[in-house]
Amino acid sequence: MASYLILQKILKTGFVSEPAPQADPALRTREQALQAEILKVFGQAVAIRHVDAGSCNGCELEIHALNGPHYNIDGLGVKFSASPRHVDVLLVTGPVSRHMEAALKRAYDAIPDPKWVVAMGECACTGGMFGESYASCGKISNVIPVDVEVPGCPPTPTALLQGILAAVSKGASNASG
Amino acid sequence: MKIGDHEWRLDSIGPHIWRGSMETGQLLALSRAVKEEGGQLVALWGSDDRHLNGGFGIHVALLTGLGLAWVSCVLPAEAPAYPDLAHIFPQADRMQRAAFDLLGITATDAVDERKWLRHNAWAASEFPLRKDFSSLAARRSPLPEADAYPFIYVQGDGVHEIAVGPIHAGTIEPGHFRFSIIGDRILKLEARLGYAHKGIEKRFEGMELATGARLAGRVSGDSHSAYAWAYCMAVEMATASTVPERALWLRALFLEIERIANHLGDLGYLGNDVALAFGFMQFWRLKEDWLRMSIKLFGHRYLFDCITPGGVATDIDAAGCAELDALACRIEAEIRELKIIYDEHATLQDRFADTGICKPELAAQLGLTGLAGRASAQTWDVRTQFPQVPYDRLDVNMATQRRGDVLARAEVRFAEVYESLRLIRDILKRLPAGGIHAPLQPAQAACEGLGWVEGWRGEVVVAVRIAADGTLDRVHPHDPSWQNWPLVEMGVLGNIVPDFPLINKSFNLSYSGPDL
Ligand code: SF4
Repeated sequence: MASYLILQKILKTGFVSEPAPQADPALRTREQALQAEILKVFGQAVAIRHVDAGSCNGCELEIHALNGPHYNIDGLGVKFSASPRHVDVLLVTGPVSRHMEAALKRAYDAIPDPKWVVAMGECACTGGMFGESYASCGKISNVIPVDVEVPGCPPTPTALLQGILAAVSKGASNASG
Repeated sequence: MKIGDHEWRLDSIGPHIWRGSMETGQLLALSRAVKEEGGQLVALWGSDDRHLNGGFGIHVALLTGLGLAWVSCVLPAEAPAYPDLAHIFPQADRMQRAAFDLLGITATDAVDERKWLRHNAWAASEFPLRKDFSSLAARRSPLPEADAYPFIYVQGDGVHEIAVGPIHAGTIEPGHFRFSIIGDRILKLEARLGYAHKGIEKRFEGMELATGARLAGRVSGDSHSAYAWAYCMAVEMATASTVPERALWLRALFLEIERIANHLGDLGYLGNDVALAFGFMQFWRLKEDWLRMSIKLFGHRYLFDCITPGGVATDIDAAGCAELDALACRIEAEIRELKIIYDEHATLQDRFADTGICKPELAAQLGLTGLAGRASAQTWDVRTQFPQVPYDRLDVNMATQRRGDVLARAEVRFAEVYESLRLIRDILKRLPAGGIHAPLQPAQAACEGLGWVEGWRGEVVVAVRIAADGTLDRVHPHDPSWQNWPLVEMGVLGNIVPDFPLINKSFNLSYSGPDL
C-alpha cells in the first residue's frame, strides 16, 4: 500500500530540480596557486565538511535547504561528508565562539591539502550582530584562512552554491596568480 | 494573585502577566505553591543591579493557572545567594549554574555546582554579566585554561563510553554528548553544551531598542519571529506603547508561517532518519515552496527583521493574501497525502513507535515544554490558554498526545501544521485594516517589560530592562530548549545508540538559544 502511494506521489511530483547557478568569482577573498589538474578533478566533484562555529542556526537552515530537491547538489557532484579527512572544502557558519575556536582549528588542520574555506553568512564574514567579545572571536578569518566569503543573513541556497562553486571552479585558477 | 490557599502580592502588568518582588524565603514558598498547583518554572536568570539598588537580582518566570508570574528578589552585593529551586523544579538546575557562571550569584544548597555555560573563555573568578566586566579586554586576553568538565561516570562490567562532538557528523549545531553504553543500549547520556555561547546577553547592554530586536531575532534563528515578537512585546510593555491592530495580526501570521516552515523540515528529517528519503525530499520540496513564498511576499525566506518595535516592517496586499491562501490550500492537500504514506509505512511506524519515550509523569516532573511537552500530555500552549491579540480571537486548538515517543512528537507536528494553516487562512480573511507601525513612546525613566510567545518549539520568554537614557540595560532571552534538553537525556535511556539521531531530531532542540 505505502509503496504504491509513494510511487504514485513520485510520478505526480515529477522533477523539481533547477539548473545550477554560475560560480561567483567575486566572492573569492584569497588566491591560491593551484594546479590546473587538481582543479579539473575538483571541478567535477567536491566534498564538504560543515562546521557550525557558533551560528544562530539560521545559516544551517539554508544548508539543509540546499540538500533539498530543488537544488540537486548531488547532480553537481557536491557532497557533504562526515569527516574532515575526506573533504576539499570546509564550510563554516557563525562567528567563531571562543568555545569553538580549538575545535574549528582542529577540523581545519585535519583536512588534507589543498583545501578551501568558505565562510557562510554575515557573522562568518564580519562577525555580524555578535561581533567580537569575551565569548566571540568574530569573523572566521580571525581564526583560520578563508578563501570565499558568502554574505547574507542567511545567504540563500543559491548564493551558497555559487560560493562553493567559486571556491573550486576553474575560474579560480584563472584568477589566481 | 491567589495560588494555593495564599494570596500573593503580584500585580497584573499585561494580559496574563504578573509582576512582584519578594524576599528569597517567600520565593521558595511561592515556588512550592506553584508546583503543588501543577505549575512550572519557565525561566530563571540573574542581573547585576548594583547601579540601581546596590545589589544583584535573581528573577524567575513561573507558569501558573492564571498566567506567567515574573518574580524578582534583591540579593546583597557581597556574596549574593538565593535558595536552590532545583529541588522543587529540576529544570532550574542548569539555569542556576549559568546564572553563577555569568554573574557569580549562588544557589545555596544546590546539588549540582558544576559550571555550565563557562568552558574556558573566561576564568572561574570572572563574571561577564557584571557591569564592571570589560568584554573587549577579555577578548584580547589569551584563553585562560583548557576546559575540563567532570562528567558523571558509569562504571561496571562491560560499560563503555562514546564521546560525540562538539562537531557532529551532519549539519548540526555544536554540542558534546557523552554516552555510557552496554552493547548497543544507552545506560546514560550526559550533554555538555555552551559551545555556541557568544555573549549575546552582554551584547545587548547599551544597545538601541531597534537594534535589540535584530539581535533578539538571532538568538535562535529558526525561531526568529518568536524571539523578535517576544522582545518587541517586552519593549512595548516597558514603554507603554500601543501597536496597531493590523501589526499584531501580521505578527501572528509570521509566527504561524515560521511554525509551518520548521515542522515541514522536521517531518522530512524524521522520514530521512528512518531511511525514507522520499519523505525528506517531499517535505523539503514543500518547505522550499513555502520559503519562496515568504521571500516573494515579505522579502525574506525566514522573515528576518519583519517584526520591529512598534509594529511590523512589511505588509501584505490583497493579491498577496490570495497567493498565500492558495499555497496554504495546496500544501495542506499534499501534506494529507504524505500523512497517509507515513501512517501506512510499516518501517517508519516501527521505528517511530515506542522510541524515545518521555512518560507524562516524567515530563511533568522535569517541566517538559512546547511541542515535545504536548506530545507527553503537558497541555500548555500560550496561544490557547493565555492568548494575546490576535490569538484571543482565533480559538487555537491545542494538539496533544500521551505516548511521549517519536511517533507522538511527529503526530503533534502534523496536527499543528494543519492548525497553523487553518489559522493563516483565518488571519488572512480577518486581517484588520490600518497602519502597521507606530513609533514607541520614549522611555521617561528606567522601565521593564516581559514578552511571552508560543514559538514553534515552545514558549519563548524575553525580559527587558531599559535604562533611563533609553538604551537596553539588561535583556534575558529564554529558549524552551533549556527545559527540554534534560528530557532528551532521559528519553534515550534503554534505547539503542543508532536511534539517538532519530530521538534527537524528534525534539529538535536549539543549541544557540540556550547557549546564548
Ligand atoms: S549570518 Fe545571520 S543567519 Fe547566519 S548565523 Fe549569523 S545571524 Fe544567523
